[in-house]
Amino acid sequence: MQVTSSVRQPLVTGGKTYHDVTHDVSRQVEGKPSKLWFLAFLTAAGVLALGSIALLATLWEGIGMWGLNKTVGWAWDITNFVWWVGIGHAGTLISAVLLLFRQKWRTSINRAAEAMTIFAVICAAMFPVIHMGRPWLGAFWALPLPNTYGSLWVNFNSPLLWDVFAISTYFSVSLVFWYIGLIPDFATIRDRATGLRKIIYGALSFGWDGAAKTWMRYESVSLILAGLATPLVLSVHTIVSFDFATSVIPGWHTTIFPPYFVAGAIFSGFAMVLTLMIITRKVYKLEDYITIGHIELMNIVIIITGSIVGIAYITEFFIAWYSGVEAEQYAFINRATGPYWWAYWSMMTCNVISPQLFWFKKIRTSIVATFALSIVVNIGMWFERFVIIVTSLHRDYLPSSWAMFYPTWADIGVYLFTFGLFFTLFFLFAKFFPVINMAEVKSVLKSSSEKAHK
Amino acid sequence: MERDTHFILGVYDDEDVLLHAVEKVRGSGVKIHEVYSPYPVHGLEHVLGYKRSKLPIAAFLFGMLGTSLALTMQFYMMKFDWPMIIGGKDHAAFPDFVPVSFEMTVLLAAFGMVGVFLITSNLKPWAQPRIFDLRSTDDKHIMAIDIANNSSLDLDKITEILNESGATEVNKKSFE
Repeated sequence: MQVTSSVRQPLVTGGKTYHDVTHDVSRQVEGKPSKLWFLAFLTAAGVLALGSIALLATLWEGIGMWGLNKTVGWAWDITNFVWWVGIGHAGTLISAVLLLFRQKWRTSINRAAEAMTIFAVICAAMFPVIHMGRPWLGAFWALPLPNTYGSLWVNFNSPLLWDVFAISTYFSVSLVFWYIGLIPDFATIRDRATGLRKIIYGALSFGWDGAAKTWMRYESVSLILAGLATPLVLSVHTIVSFDFATSVIPGWHTTIFPPYFVAGAIFSGFAMVLTLMIITRKVYKLEDYITIGHIELMNIVIIITGSIVGIAYITEFFIAWYSGVEAEQYAFINRATGPYWWAYWSMMTCNVISPQLFWFKKIRTSIVATFALSIVVNIGMWFERFVIIVTSLHRDYLPSSWAMFYPTWADIGVYLFTFGLFFTLFFLFAKFFPVINMAEVKSVLKSSSEKAHK
Repeated sequence: MERDTHFILGVYDDEDVLLHAVEKVRGSGVKIHEVYSPYPVHGLEHVLGYKRSKLPIAAFLFGMLGTSLALTMQFYMMKFDWPMIIGGKDHAAFPDFVPVSFEMTVLLAAFGMVGVFLITSNLKPWAQPRIFDLRSTDDKHIMAIDIANNSSLDLDKITEILNESGATEVNKKSFE
């Protein structure tokens, strides 16, 4: 029996019927793309093309094109890697963790958030692959493949190898989770289409017919995939943090890293979801599906995770002092007051202070403020990784080798390349795939909107 | 008239009406071929009398396979095939093998279960499904009744039962 709550706001506004849901989402796939879409797509593709010059230069000349030096051996590459992986956490969190917690508001944002996850993980994976220098040989260094050295196997004691397994598992399981959800919606588009579109979406829909038995299995698969993806999503950023935490570099050698990185990942992932969804709902006129209520709930997640991140920053400082280890204490004092003080305080302002503005209802229900703060949060999270990585390395134990890191045009270009790739893929998704999970929205329509049948 | 390729379709536009209709129709002795819905209707599998899916078992077994493969691989490579001292640790450094074992467990469980799901539900890009009513992926629930399976009842009787159960339309559909 369905119960309509008198306390909670309806998840879908505007008195939509089932057919309205189908129509509102499918028409984006069926119609000709708007001028705005072309403009956005061409801009993204242009950035991709421009960035690929830097990528090709890096592959041709080697990673000497980057601004790395013998003191700062990891800088923008790993910063960008961790940043993109972090962004890639929101999609699976929304679709898996919120499914387990039966948060029905996830239904209208999970599709786009999962797409964003997949594209962000692709961008993230670019960096370690490029950093190999000769990525065409990388398979032998990253995967346990038999080779002519013995076989000399990959090192399973290394967190860098755990990362290979974690990221590739996360990517492929997220992709499968996303695709399984897309199958019923592709069938909806197939059944509305004629000609070539019917053939293409017919193949994409895998012959879905909506039989009750298939839906029963589908529900079972979704629940178990959610159960598998939940520890998976937590494990991925935990393992990313192990890249640093298992080392003996002051500033990295910290047991707080796994939960702190996971909270940071959710924080930046939700911010990126908000950035993209605010644009998508406006351009596609989906305000009745992605409501202010959705934006407010995501902002609440941002306050919580932002506060966890803030506490983690303070705890790190306290532990550095309390440990009595001079090198550790210096690493943290240097972060806040050394030559990279501006990066540290940018991080503090963007990540710790700015999300606290969401305590005001007026701000967290304002679209303009949310959009601006979502970008601020992602700038802050980029600085967080930069601060952790570069400030911990640039003044090591030997003062004669202290150095600064200056990015070259190739560093900037490769980062731009990933932006171009991310947005090109996202715009293609937004045009050719249903951006809202129609089947799931329909399944919550009745319990959340009285008008669904009138 | 070839009876074995003909169906009577009850069209419903409300999930709660549908759930009661399935009970009523089955109670009247009509065997339902299948119900097609645009979204998962909770409780439909119970009123249709379907047994619980065994997919969780498949997922568990594939997961166990993943764990075993990962542990076997790591112990073989690090302890037996080419032992090396890394960071002063034992060759068989079990705690270090946990992350990869976990990831492979999840990977195999997910892919194995989804593979079984696609195969048992006959989902594949070249599949040609029988579409009873195009609206079944939009906003209508379609109850399909195979006439051949209900030879004891005549068509008018089945139509009457469907109409009484709350169907908004009763149609016929034949496949070659």
